[in-house]
Amino acid sequence: MSATINKAEGSPPGPAMVNAAADTVPKMSRTRLFWRTLLSRKTVMVSAAVLVLAFLTAILAPLIAPYDANAPDLRSALKPPSAGHWLGTDALGRDVLSRIIFGSRVSLAVGFVSVAIAGSIGMLLGLVAGYAGGRVESVIMRCIDVLMSIPLIILALFIAALIGKGLGNVMLAIGLGMMPSYARLTRGQVKSIKQLDYVTAGVISGSGKIKNMFRHILPNCLSPIIVLMTMNLGMAILTEAALSFLGLGINPPTASWGAMISDGYNHLRTLPLLSLAPGVAIIMVVLAFNIVGDALRDTLDPRLRGAL
Amino acid sequence: MSTFILRRVSQTIVVVLLVTVLVFAIMHMMPGDPVLLFLGPDASVEQIEHYKQQFGLDSPLPVQYFRWVENLFKGEFGDSLVYRQDIGPLIRAKLKVTLTIALPAFVIAAAFGMLLGILAAIYRGRWPDSFITVLANVGMATPTFWLSILCVYIFSLRLGWLPVQGFTFPSEDFALAVRRMILPVSMLALGPMAVFARQTRSAMLEIIRQDFIRTGRSKGLGERRVIYVHALRNALIPVVTVMGMQLGYMLGGSVLIEQVFVIPGMGNMLITAILNKDYQLVQSTVLVISAGISLCNLLVDIAYGYIDPRIRIS
Repeated sequence: MSATINKAEGSPPGPAMVNAAADTVPKMSRTRLFWRTLLSRKTVMVSAAVLVLAFLTAILAPLIAPYDANAPDLRSALKPPSAGHWLGTDALGRDVLSRIIFGSRVSLAVGFVSVAIAGSIGMLLGLVAGYAGGRVESVIMRCIDVLMSIPLIILALFIAALIGKGLGNVMLAIGLGMMPSYARLTRGQVKSIKQLDYVTAGVISGSGKIKNMFRHILPNCLSPIIVLMTMNLGMAILTEAALSFLGLGINPPTASWGAMISDGYNHLRTLPLLSLAPGVAIIMVVLAFNIVGDALRDTLDPRLRGAL
Repeated sequence: MSTFILRRVSQTIVVVLLVTVLVFAIMHMMPGDPVLLFLGPDASVEQIEHYKQQFGLDSPLPVQYFRWVENLFKGEFGDSLVYRQDIGPLIRAKLKVTLTIALPAFVIAAAFGMLLGILAAIYRGRWPDSFITVLANVGMATPTFWLSILCVYIFSLRLGWLPVQGFTFPSEDFALAVRRMILPVSMLALGPMAVFARQTRSAMLEIIRQDFIRTGRSKGLGERRVIYVHALRNALIPVVTVMGMQLGYMLGGSVLIEQVFVIPGMGNMLITAILNKDYQLVQSTVLVISAGISLCNLLVDIAYGYIDPRIRIS
């Protein structure tokens, strides 16, 4: 008993104890510090609340939407806002509020999936290019340059025209369109990390190329990539809206905010709300993503300000 | 310096050539036969064969590609299936319309964006900074086509101040042209203006902290001289990079703006061509846009090499 007390209180702690303490205490405080810094500003708090609300709306859409978003009712077509239809009805008599609620599903799904596609393909290409160097790097980066020389909306239009309309295709088109910036960012990160001592140590100790790339280099490139992903969520939502507005996005009758703006444009003189209400939803969600993205960048790595 | 220029020029040529391959491949992977789409479902086999021969669509793909690139070098883009005319003059005419909108928009975006960015940096943390930052954030989150529709509703339909849509060249009727251009130009300028403002603000804040600015102030230079001569000149470098990219964004954005305001420019033509599977026209239009953007980036890079020697070495 006395020996135990002596070990715990009297004698200096062994290396295992020091490590355990160093692992637990700073990690806890670091996580708390991260959230505290991230949510310290009121605008960030409000934006986070808007995003939580948007997610809940998307998940609970069938429960909270007052009507079926896709069922036409021609007898009540183009009705102004009333107690029954808070935002009125469209040309096919569908409830605008219900369509906006269901539209949140499309926007959020497109945002997350297309950014995930862009991030994973771009990261992989950037990792290979940066690690391999030489000819492999030149070929990959020239192809990335080609994609970057075409504006996102035109590239997405192009791919959407090639693979056709529909939710999955739009996600793929936007994802491929946004992919080059991830490849560039990852390559830059990899090239600088590759020269650090611990990577050289890994090579000397005999770890293979793949292990080196994925175990030692990639985890250390992730912070700016995560930031870029958050910042790109809004851009993906805007691009989906633009594609749907141009008639190359989501297939009707699925509710999409961009397509709703386009449909409502024909009735702008009589019922401006048809076009304008979905736009407000887009602005709120995109703005919230952008503000949270900025805050995340400032919290994770303030040096990235201006670079991302 | 000449090595740097040579390297960048050759890189640009490679990129533009790769764009031709990419565009050609994508267009020919598209589902649906363009000739059938053009002639309609009642077309006879002879008619289809005749048009395929006329447009060279009966040859193998590599032959079609090399014939197309060879003609490009001669300045011949081929014929458009939809517009039934030579693509070269068609693109020139449409580009003129788009640039008539995009260039003033670019100048306005750059001038006002940088001004707002400087003001935000000077008044950092005070109300002008907050106001401009909020405005820039909202500007970046707003779909331009939606804002355009809102402005059409307010200024054209409600107040009746401006025409709803259409386009006139300033050389034809200056007053009408200006009235018709106010909305599309300002809408197209808005997104890039927000980007320029943000970029200038962060670049200025970065520069203002540097030692040479402190030296300028301590040797008694006026605040105006410190800001506009010393800080701005150095802060402009990252802003100019963004400018090259924003020009591309504007060409992309013009697709949407032209759709809302029914402006017969490149964007409108591109959508018509994509929907009608006019291969030649789509590939030529995208090629022109991408070559234009690559050229702008090349010029920006070369200008950089002169301004900042660190860039040409790296």
